[in-house]
Amino acid sequence: MDIPRGRVTAVMGPSGTGKTTLLRLITRQVSPNSGSVQVEGQHLETLSRSELYDLRQRMGMLFQNGALLTDLSVFENVAFPLREHTKLPERLIRQLVLTKLQAVGLRGASDLMPAELSGGMSRRVALARAIVMDPEILIYDEPFVGLDPISMGVILRLIRRLNDALGLTSIVVSHDVQEISTVADLVFLLSGGKVVAQGTPQQLQSYPSEIVRQFMGGLADGPVPFHYPAPDYFHELLDRGEAT
Amino acid sequence: MFKDLWESLSESLVNLGEIVHFLLRLIINVPRSLLRVDLIVEQIYNAGALSLVIIMLSGMFVGMVLGLQGFQLLQRFGSEEALGTATAIGLVKELGPVITALLFAGRAGTALASEIGLMRATDQLSAMEMMAVDPIQRVVMPRFLGGVIAMPLLAAIFSMIGIYGAQLIGVQVMGVDSGSFWSQMRASVDFVDIKEGIVKSLIFGVACSLIAVYEGYYAVPTAEGVGTATTRTVVLSAVMTLFLDYLITAMFL
Repeated sequence: MDIPRGRVTAVMGPSGTGKTTLLRLITRQVSPNSGSVQVEGQHLETLSRSELYDLRQRMGMLFQNGALLTDLSVFENVAFPLREHTKLPERLIRQLVLTKLQAVGLRGASDLMPAELSGGMSRRVALARAIVMDPEILIYDEPFVGLDPISMGVILRLIRRLNDALGLTSIVVSHDVQEISTVADLVFLLSGGKVVAQGTPQQLQSYPSEIVRQFMGGLADGPVPFHYPAPDYFHELLDRGEAT
Repeated sequence: MFKDLWESLSESLVNLGEIVHFLLRLIINVPRSLLRVDLIVEQIYNAGALSLVIIMLSGMFVGMVLGLQGFQLLQRFGSEEALGTATAIGLVKELGPVITALLFAGRAGTALASEIGLMRATDQLSAMEMMAVDPIQRVVMPRFLGGVIAMPLLAAIFSMIGIYGAQLIGVQVMGVDSGSFWSQMRASVDFVDIKEGIVKSLIFGVACSLIAVYEGYYAVPTAEGVGTATTRTVVLSAVMTLFLDYLITAMFL
């Protein structure tokens, strides 16, 4: 599985097929049991802790629910990586933070606390925080879950715009087929921990495979069965069971 | 039944081992954490200053009860003037550190555990990891050190207020001679007694803060898990405090 530089790559698949695990592998929050992960040509397994932290400074990650630090304001959340990793003067930090907040349309919300934000807004703040160190790779973990259509549209547009304007490499994990088809350049479809299909969204629509068709069309039954494995229905209904 | 008992015993031993391992990991991090004084001061405020009211109130009442009970008891032997000595030694060596630790576990310990647990449950700790910020350094260490520093200070305040409480009842209400109350106390409370109190509250501070940050850091990342973590913090801290109290007392004899 190769993720090309400078593009928006989507990783899709039914729940529980290892999409989030894949992200955790790419960022080495977990280590692989077998196989290897390379980011920008560096083997992740061989990196020391400080090398890993150097690499992570060039990555941004958007968590499912934003994962904003609840005891800091919106402004301080976005400023957090700058304050931890740089010794920039306060004025410069202010300018950088306001620029990033402007990019996600939330400059006016900079004094609010995370608890006062809606789901879509906190994800946009988290996005501003993820790009404040000007990363080369931006990773989105299920960015659309639980968002209303408007917020979803906003996030979609931001993913595309940030990718093109900043020359990022974007990786989006999601199972929202329609939404992701509008922004992704390349799609990987995972099932049962394996890549079952890859290509552009258009190619996937007409992919000659049962599982891909089930997933892209949202069909209830198919290779991923509707029924959880169970004993024969007829028998279980007629079976009186043992007296208890 | 014995099998169950054995299993729960061995489980707690494993748990204890993990906590000690976590403590070693924290100790290694101490020098680097001391560079971030601002974070530690903030946590001393959270753990210490915010516990002040409950500590002072409790100290007052414990002291008043000591004054009352001590007076009743000492009166039988006609030595009411020893009230000052009795309450001071009882508070400085024993009640101050122990009750402060128990209150600390209930007030600050639970707050720490649930705060860190919630940060785990809402991915804030992973987010820090991804921003190349070590959550142990940024979140756990300041809270741990803040607790360790706050505990002896709180215990000292508890004992001081308690002595005033005993004086209030013994001298003002029961009529013990004020001069002998204070002078007997000064004459018979040694530095060794005070040292025992300080050592105890320092060790309780390490134990209670450690348990709180450990339970929070390794909480199961769900609402239920955070609840369990706070409960375990209180229970474990209380038992550890009383157990360590016995050990340290025996060592000082």
